[in-house]
Amino acid sequence: MAKNRVSATVNGDAVEFLCETQQTLLDVLRDELRLTGTKEGCGTGDCGACSVTVDGRLMCSCLMLGVEAQGKSIKTIEGMANGEALHPLQRKFLEHAALQCGVCTPGMLIAARSLLERNPDPTEQEVRYGLAGNLCRCTGYHKIVEAVLDAAREMRGA
Amino acid sequence: MSTMVKYEEKPLKIVGTRPIRPDGVDKVTGRARFAADYSLPGQLIGKVLRSPHAHARIKSVDTTAAQSLPGVKAVVTRDDFADMPSEFAAAGELTINFRDVTRNMMAREKVLYDGHPVAAVAAISESIAREALKLIKVEYEVLPHVIDVVEAMKPDAPLLHEEQFTDGVTPKPDKPSNIAKRLVFARGDLEAGFKQADIVVEREFNTKPVHQGYIEPQACLASASEDGQVELWTGTQGHFVFRAQCAKVLQMDVGKLRVVPTELGGGFGGKNNIYTEPLAIALSRKSHRPVKMVMTREEVFRATGPTSGANVKVKIGCTKDGRIIAAEAELNFQAGAFAGSSVGMACPCTFTRYDIDNVKVVGHDVTVNRPKVAAYRAPGAPIIVFGVESVIDELAKTLGIDPIEFRLKNAAKEGTQTYYGPKLGPIGYIETLNKAKAHPHYSAPLGLNQGRGIATGFWFNIGMETSSRLNVNEDGTVTLIMGTVDVAGGSRASMAMMVAEELGIAYDRVRPVIGDTTTLGFNFITAGSRGTFAGGMAAVLSARQAIERLRQRVAQIREVALEDVLWKDGSAVPAPGSAKQFTPMSLVEIARMAGKTGGSISGQSEINAQGAGPGFCTHIVDVEVDKQTGAVKILRYTIVQDVGKAIHPAYVEGQMQGAAVQGIGWSLNEEYFYGADGVLQNPGFLDYRVPVASDVPYIDTVIVEVPNPNHPYGVRGCGEVSIIPPIAAISNAINNAMGVRLRSQPMSPPVVLKALGEAAGGKSKG
Repeated sequence: MAKNRVSATVNGDAVEFLCETQQTLLDVLRDELRLTGTKEGCGTGDCGACSVTVDGRLMCSCLMLGVEAQGKSIKTIEGMANGEALHPLQRKFLEHAALQCGVCTPGMLIAARSLLERNPDPTEQEVRYGLAGNLCRCTGYHKIVEAVLDAAREMRGA
Repeated sequence: MSTMVKYEEKPLKIVGTRPIRPDGVDKVTGRARFAADYSLPGQLIGKVLRSPHAHARIKSVDTTAAQSLPGVKAVVTRDDFADMPSEFAAAGELTINFRDVTRNMMAREKVLYDGHPVAAVAAISESIAREALKLIKVEYEVLPHVIDVVEAMKPDAPLLHEEQFTDGVTPKPDKPSNIAKRLVFARGDLEAGFKQADIVVEREFNTKPVHQGYIEPQACLASASEDGQVELWTGTQGHFVFRAQCAKVLQMDVGKLRVVPTELGGGFGGKNNIYTEPLAIALSRKSHRPVKMVMTREEVFRATGPTSGANVKVKIGCTKDGRIIAAEAELNFQAGAFAGSSVGMACPCTFTRYDIDNVKVVGHDVTVNRPKVAAYRAPGAPIIVFGVESVIDELAKTLGIDPIEFRLKNAAKEGTQTYYGPKLGPIGYIETLNKAKAHPHYSAPLGLNQGRGIATGFWFNIGMETSSRLNVNEDGTVTLIMGTVDVAGGSRASMAMMVAEELGIAYDRVRPVIGDTTTLGFNFITAGSRGTFAGGMAAVLSARQAIERLRQRVAQIREVALEDVLWKDGSAVPAPGSAKQFTPMSLVEIARMAGKTGGSISGQSEINAQGAGPGFCTHIVDVEVDKQTGAVKILRYTIVQDVGKAIHPAYVEGQMQGAAVQGIGWSLNEEYFYGADGVLQNPGFLDYRVPVASDVPYIDTVIVEVPNPNHPYGVRGCGEVSIIPPIAAISNAINNAMGVRLRSQPMSPPVVLKALGEAAGGKSKG
């Protein structure tokens, strides 16, 4: 099958890849760029496990084609920590026991970061609606919501 | 022989604290490797062709065109697998029959459900593999199908298995039936009991199948070599059981198959059984290349186990003062395409919260044209408890007795004789009821269209075969190798905590890992809330053996008798009062010298753990019903659960919260929709709607600790029981709010709206 040549930026690095036309950005991240931290839970945009940001906007990477990444800046879970230092959300997820199996966690963290960029001081309800596109079957969301609120507090310096 | 380890009350330094799980950092950074994240050089992609029919005879399968498509390296059909005779084995809470396992992984005579595999291909890319599937020609003779359990039990129903005669009926029936098995549990004199009762309530309930809904679809990677050795990476709750099942259906030696359990992306009972694993191995054997298979979400819904849908009948009689005299239930469970539903587990759970003299429970395991059911967290219990706890609520309401008070009048306690066998040991059911009653939630005011419901649950918990090994490394750090998969709850952390407590060292000095099938002896699957109970027992025994060996080394070095050496706070110290005093040696010092004093030091244990303590819980839920839409909002939720001992309280809370929210989804949203053609209509998360964060409130948790006398730290197992009460609790709360009594699940907006309309029309009373 003929492949397309695509140039993009992933976690700050310039990348080039070849992909089939029907391959999604998720397929490209996982299978071509070997960034397997982004997960596939449904492939239909219903679970949020494949959440990434594209030019700063939160997206399900399973709903975007690889070829559409041309010239775009993509951020995945692999780029969330700053070297040794975990992002406050990553740290708070650990401290609050906000993860169990961990499959939803990368997408949940990307969505939570995007939420806090848009709303640094969310209410519990705003966190719940902000993360409503990300399914978690293990935790019942309780500790995830607590972790996001705590991270928001810390990031605001409150 | 079985192993129990006596509970000892002692001051604790690590057990009961909340350290960070050892798998945590990898999971927040995307580094954790799940099955679909593994790749091997030269690997092919495998895909499965699935039946579009609910029930059909396979007349022929022609793979010629697919095989000649460039890039296709192997195709397998039923002809590539041996037929298996009827032979039973344990797999989690449910029993499997290898005759059926081999037919479920690849249809033989007939396809029995929409999604049943009929062929599989391996190709150099996913797109070529998909193209190849389209080229396989299958000729079907479509047969009438049946998906409803009550319909399937009728004598003239379409028959799935011509050779299936109802087991458990005498004399043996002369006609085959979809009823695979009839089970009866009885105690006392039911008829006499109902005669003594002042009030008898009898009701019928219906539930739909629901899926475990793990976010990670099944995935595996197999590599077979020319000398017959096979390596398999897969997401499983029990790699030793997967090894046994794959070796059996592929007719290979167990020792030639190495199964590596990858990080597991949720299971809840749904990853106790093999699906694509033997297909991947067969394709790898044929193509001489590694084969990776990843299910789509649609495949997960169509072809992996949901739990049973069911029809149940409950009849309970009690005296005017609220004492239950007699109780009877009939459980008709969908097994899916092959026999073996959770009805056998549900029957004993039906009334085992109450001390009742006269009980009869009859269960039917019924085959229907749906995917073969799998275990789902406390398999079967939520279904029947919905019925029983609804009837209890109705009795309490009729008699004007507080629902917790009513349960306290009948509550099981230590010494209560069950109707399924044992007398109950020390349990915490009454404690959960009392704490629920005293909880501020129970007396909080309610508003308009709001109501409160109560329900309770019992689950056995199990032990079984378990092994572990503890290596003392040369710098005094410790590696704990476990054979029980951490199914996400955090059992690696709990085991490391117990081991650190035993050794008297810091938690982060212990690294727990799950060993593959070549590193340890057989381990049963992580099911039945056994991980921290049985795995913990094995880990503690490994630590104790290592301590014994550490003491031996010190006795040898210091030239004293073993009994003169005690282990205290991570060091070997002289026994107080002993004439032989010596300078204490720390674990680090002993480890550093190990090479010179006899070689490395380890401890190991292989046990069949028994004495799991039953778990009980009481749930309180407040709901608000929207009269215009029928939508039910969960306003407040409190769980009181006896866990024996919470090794890591945050992870125990996580189990309770996760179970309750799965139960909320089960209650309000989740169901399978089948068309008249027997084809699943909602195989995706858009139309099969599991709860999202905005659907639920915080789930308040109260941990009760009545220690299990048979575990060194008192652990009972905590993962399952809290999925049992939600359906009943929510139904009871809706009744409390609106006066209507819902006896089917899910209690979705259209169902609730209809019930409200009927009640307003005077057709139905609560």
